[in-house]
Amino acid sequence: MWEYTDKVKEYFLNPRNVGEIENPDGAAEVGSLACGDALKLTFKLDENKRIKDAKFKTFGCASAIASSSALTEIIKGMTVDEALKVSNQDIAQYLGGLPDEKMHCSVMGKQALEKAIENYRGAPPLEAGAKIICECFGVTDKEIERAVRENNLSTVEDVTNYTKAGGGCGGCHDAIAQIIEKVRSEPKIDSKPKLTNLQKIRLIEDTIEREIRPSLKHDGGDIEILDIIGNRVIVALRGACSTCKASDITLKDFVQHRLQELVLPDITVEEASK
Amino acid sequence: MKTIYLDNNATTQVAEEVLDVMTPYFRELYGNPSSMHTFGGQVGQKIRVAREQVAELLGASPEEIVFTSCGTESDNSAIRSALLTRPDKKHVVISRVEHPAIHALCSHLGSQGYKITELPVDKNGILDLENLEKSLTSDTAIVSLMWGNNETGVIFPVEEAANLVHEKGILFHTDAVQAAGKIPINMKNNVIDMLSISGHKLHAPKGIGILYIRRGTKFSPFLIGGHQEKGRRGGTENTPSIIGLGRACELAASNMEKENTYVRRLRDKLEHELLKKISQSRVNGDVVHRLPNTTNISFEFVEGEAILLLMNELGICASSGSACTSGSLQPSHVLRAMGVPFTMAHGSIRFSLSVNNTEEEVDFVIDKMPAIIERLRGMSPFWNKTGQSCTTQ
Repeated sequence: MWEYTDKVKEYFLNPRNVGEIENPDGAAEVGSLACGDALKLTFKLDENKRIKDAKFKTFGCASAIASSSALTEIIKGMTVDEALKVSNQDIAQYLGGLPDEKMHCSVMGKQALEKAIENYRGAPPLEAGAKIICECFGVTDKEIERAVRENNLSTVEDVTNYTKAGGGCGGCHDAIAQIIEKVRSEPKIDSKPKLTNLQKIRLIEDTIEREIRPSLKHDGGDIEILDIIGNRVIVALRGACSTCKASDITLKDFVQHRLQELVLPDITVEEASK
Repeated sequence: MKTIYLDNNATTQVAEEVLDVMTPYFRELYGNPSSMHTFGGQVGQKIRVAREQVAELLGASPEEIVFTSCGTESDNSAIRSALLTRPDKKHVVISRVEHPAIHALCSHLGSQGYKITELPVDKNGILDLENLEKSLTSDTAIVSLMWGNNETGVIFPVEEAANLVHEKGILFHTDAVQAAGKIPINMKNNVIDMLSISGHKLHAPKGIGILYIRRGTKFSPFLIGGHQEKGRRGGTENTPSIIGLGRACELAASNMEKENTYVRRLRDKLEHELLKKISQSRVNGDVVHRLPNTTNISFEFVEGEAILLLMNELGICASSGSACTSGSLQPSHVLRAMGVPFTMAHGSIRFSLSVNNTEEEVDFVIDKMPAIIERLRGMSPFWNKTGQSCTTQ
């Protein structure tokens, strides 16, 4: 049985805003019966161009229904510009979190919201030129790229949990792996997504493991994370580094610099007092 | 809230009679049946009785019964033994709808250099024996086909299949975990070489299983250790569970008629009423060649997990073949093998009854299900206000 939060259960059992708005300002349908979940979102604006009402109809599991309902609650009162900034993580967080395997439900909400706003603006689809990568679930390269970027995904399994891509025949796993590699090698832009504490800690560990430790080891040294307090990373240097006179420079110019670049600009690295 | 348990293909409640015979073997009679002293030896005697009780249910000889820890161990032991005792043969034939204990094992063997053939089933989940015959080669070591399907209850003609397979000198194994205790099994009337049973599907505890091995069949043990089970399965006997399983087999034999009259009637009533009261619903799997306790019903345009959780709110327990309940993204491999359309597969619910269910329970479910489906259809974008599907997908 899935470990749903009380809020997911509450929004599934007593969903808010079920239905369809007549003559909506924006409307969109994403997903399909074949995929196992689908969402139809409609919204209406008030005279101040704020979202006055939003309604959903969803075919899917409990978390799909709860995510859709949460989305409609979140965007009420927002301008469309504000609504566009709502991320799938905001939807998941609103519900107190979703099981990893169910994150695609929150992504479906985000997709429906974007499409509905596009529909309102009458703009051409954002994702022109997208190519289907996962034939089983009809997921495009653009969608995968975005999920990888916004949720900092690193494995094919992650991508499947977030987008469903790769969850069917498995024929696209190599293509997904290539997209992950491509996105992860992109220079990071400033507007990083908000990280939860847990994600931040994981990312720091990951970055040290992948980007930092190999270089130190190459010189006979090593590094160990002792603690992470807010954005302060407390480390101990080992091996050759522990006696190296230039270790301060290594810490600030290399370790801290890489973590700031790859995790958060506010990170500081300190060596534990010996 | 009262629990209405219609998920007996997942597991069953240990029968009171079974628990009663088990309890002395935890504290008072805790001896090891292999010991030389009477204190242990008397337990060994009870195990002999249990072995006879199991053999009786199957029309087998007691020495053909090996106690294991579960159905999965029995399945693994059978297939691996066939491949080890026939090292020159590298081909295994199974069906597409086998339980993961066979299916996942064979996928693993496939990656180890064995050749696996998965026989298709038709839209009713029925196996074509001609396909089976065509699949057999001089390289085939073993064929394993389940007796009754856990998701749909569909029964395979395993006795006929075994004849066919045997003619070519190939071993035949069947996973009878769901069939045992629900339909008569008599090993005197067939040529099946090995057969697996699990205790907890027939009101014995979890953690006990049986592998039947026909006399004269070469066998290579899966668990190698002590001399227990005549060297066919090492490991100190799970004495309370073995003794409980013996009693459970006795009960199963005496309940066999009730299973095929009382339980069948309740199942048929449930199925018939749900199909009548809920539009765009259908049964998955052949309704004639089917276990008496199982029905698998699809409700179109709604998703199984959501249905189960609303049923859960009322204390009703069942299962679903939907993608969302499995943790994978695709509906059950059984329904896919049968070509059940996606619109139906995602909304499939399996009800599996037992002799413990009552008419009132079934009536309660019949009464509550239509509103659950209606509520979810009301939220579904594929269902319009007139109660009709609004899609051609």
